[in-house]
Amino acid sequence: MSSAQLEARRRSRQLMAKRIGGQAYLWLLLILLYAPILLIFIFSFTQSKVFGNWTGFTFHLYENLFTGYDSTAQVRVDPNLYRAIFFTVVIAIGAATIATLLGTLAAIGLFNMRSRARKSITFLNSIPMINPDILTGISLFLLFVFLGISRGLGTVLIAHVVFCTPYVVLSVMPRLTQMNPNLYEAALDLGATPAQALWKVMLPELKPGMISGFILALTLSIDDFGVTFFTKGSNGLETLSTFIYADARKGGLTPELRPLFSLIFLTILVLLIIMNIRTNKQMNQNKK
Amino acid sequence: MSKLTEIASARRTWAWPYVLFLVLFVVLPLLLILYYAFTTPGGDFTIQNFIKFFHTSEAVNTLIYSMAIAFITTVICLLLGYPAAYIMAMADFKTPQVMALLFILPMWINFLLRTIATVELFNMFGLPLGEGALLFGMCYDYLPFMIYPIYNTLQKMDRSLIEAAQDLGASKANVFTKVVLPLSVPGIYSGIVMVFMPTVSTFAIAELLTHNKITLFGSLIQRSFGEGGIAMWNYGAALSLIMLIIIAATSFFDQERDHDAQKGGLL
Repeated sequence: MSSAQLEARRRSRQLMAKRIGGQAYLWLLLILLYAPILLIFIFSFTQSKVFGNWTGFTFHLYENLFTGYDSTAQVRVDPNLYRAIFFTVVIAIGAATIATLLGTLAAIGLFNMRSRARKSITFLNSIPMINPDILTGISLFLLFVFLGISRGLGTVLIAHVVFCTPYVVLSVMPRLTQMNPNLYEAALDLGATPAQALWKVMLPELKPGMISGFILALTLSIDDFGVTFFTKGSNGLETLSTFIYADARKGGLTPELRPLFSLIFLTILVLLIIMNIRTNKQMNQNKK
Repeated sequence: MSKLTEIASARRTWAWPYVLFLVLFVVLPLLLILYYAFTTPGGDFTIQNFIKFFHTSEAVNTLIYSMAIAFITTVICLLLGYPAAYIMAMADFKTPQVMALLFILPMWINFLLRTIATVELFNMFGLPLGEGALLFGMCYDYLPFMIYPIYNTLQKMDRSLIEAAQDLGASKANVFTKVVLPLSVPGIYSGIVMVFMPTVSTFAIAELLTHNKITLFGSLIQRSFGEGGIAMWNYGAALSLIMLIIIAATSFFDQERDHDAQKGGLL
């Protein structure tokens, strides 16, 4: 074997080692990131009230979660858990819907503004994104106290719209810049009313941006803890986040949370895999 | 022409509801923090709230400690996250997006529950719940926020620049330090800000991770609004204002950098 061949071999081996090393590093990080989630998943299959205590394999917790009744202990599963799930969903859908409407209108308005006004509003729009949740929460808490508004579902909803809408504006904006600016005018010139022009011409163009904004708002709302904590008041309104926090502070953790989040995680995993397969298929088709 | 301007001005008004909303629910609340910070519970002007803060060594120390923890967390996330983002962006996997998605996926599980699971992990291995657990938990929670922006900038980078540097005889180390690293600076900055801001202001994670052994500045603020009662709100507002200044300074620093990066891009 010539020395050139040897050199080439050595190089390819080095490259291989490097790639394997890199892959190994990524997987190691992923294992670390997923270890706690895996723990939740594993311990969703055992009945013990205490998280981390294995008392044998069973689907009991899943059963409890769906029936709302713990047949072994003969007690109801904490009804506050279901209320928390309900309010999390209601608040997320409500806030995301309002944010999408408000944000889309705002984006269209902003797009048609002069650059100075646009700049200052864009700055205002960025404040809720930069502000950490504790400051958004406390500032709104002070506002509601100052105005004498009693805190509850309404105030939480407003608070969630506050930190969700900026992301909707940012997702709709690029669609507007890509859109042909004359389309709307053309529709009006051809006899459409402004409402028709909006509904039939602009909306289809903006839809992808609105959908991604809506989904982003939904996830932000579901995951929020800090803002909800300060705006929910003390009338017993809880979302899953605040419920978990209160639970953890009491010392225990409602065991049914384990199967609940295992199921949420699996659902999202499956959805992402499906989405990924679909986009890959589309990409392949486009190549053909 | 008059019709055109009419239409344009009409659409300009569509942003007004949101502007009103922003003024009422973003600007006014922030001004209220300012107002409460400089008043007594009775509503008289005072700077007593700040004097109290600077005279309570425990409070000042907590602020310094929180900033140190946030700083260390940010550095660890950068050291762990940059190589990961780099490997992902440079490797020619069949599906690089899948890897990126895998790093974001944990964020879909409620972060409090994940934090509690981390505590459980520490318990299982018999590790103490102290500073170590706090740092581990914080890095664990915010690592994806570091990886993602860096990965994004590295992925958008023009690959031919690397090839050009190689063709012109740059060594591997030089290609990295003189081409790749400078080009990824915008991503690094947004990663730093995205990790530093939430870690410096967090209040629930520290409580859970250390079983209330360690108090961070965020918890101090939260307590003055929770357990303290109305009498403590003004003090809490003063603490919030200090936090707000730190956040504003951090984000300003990021924006300055952004402009530089854009200018560099234009050149």
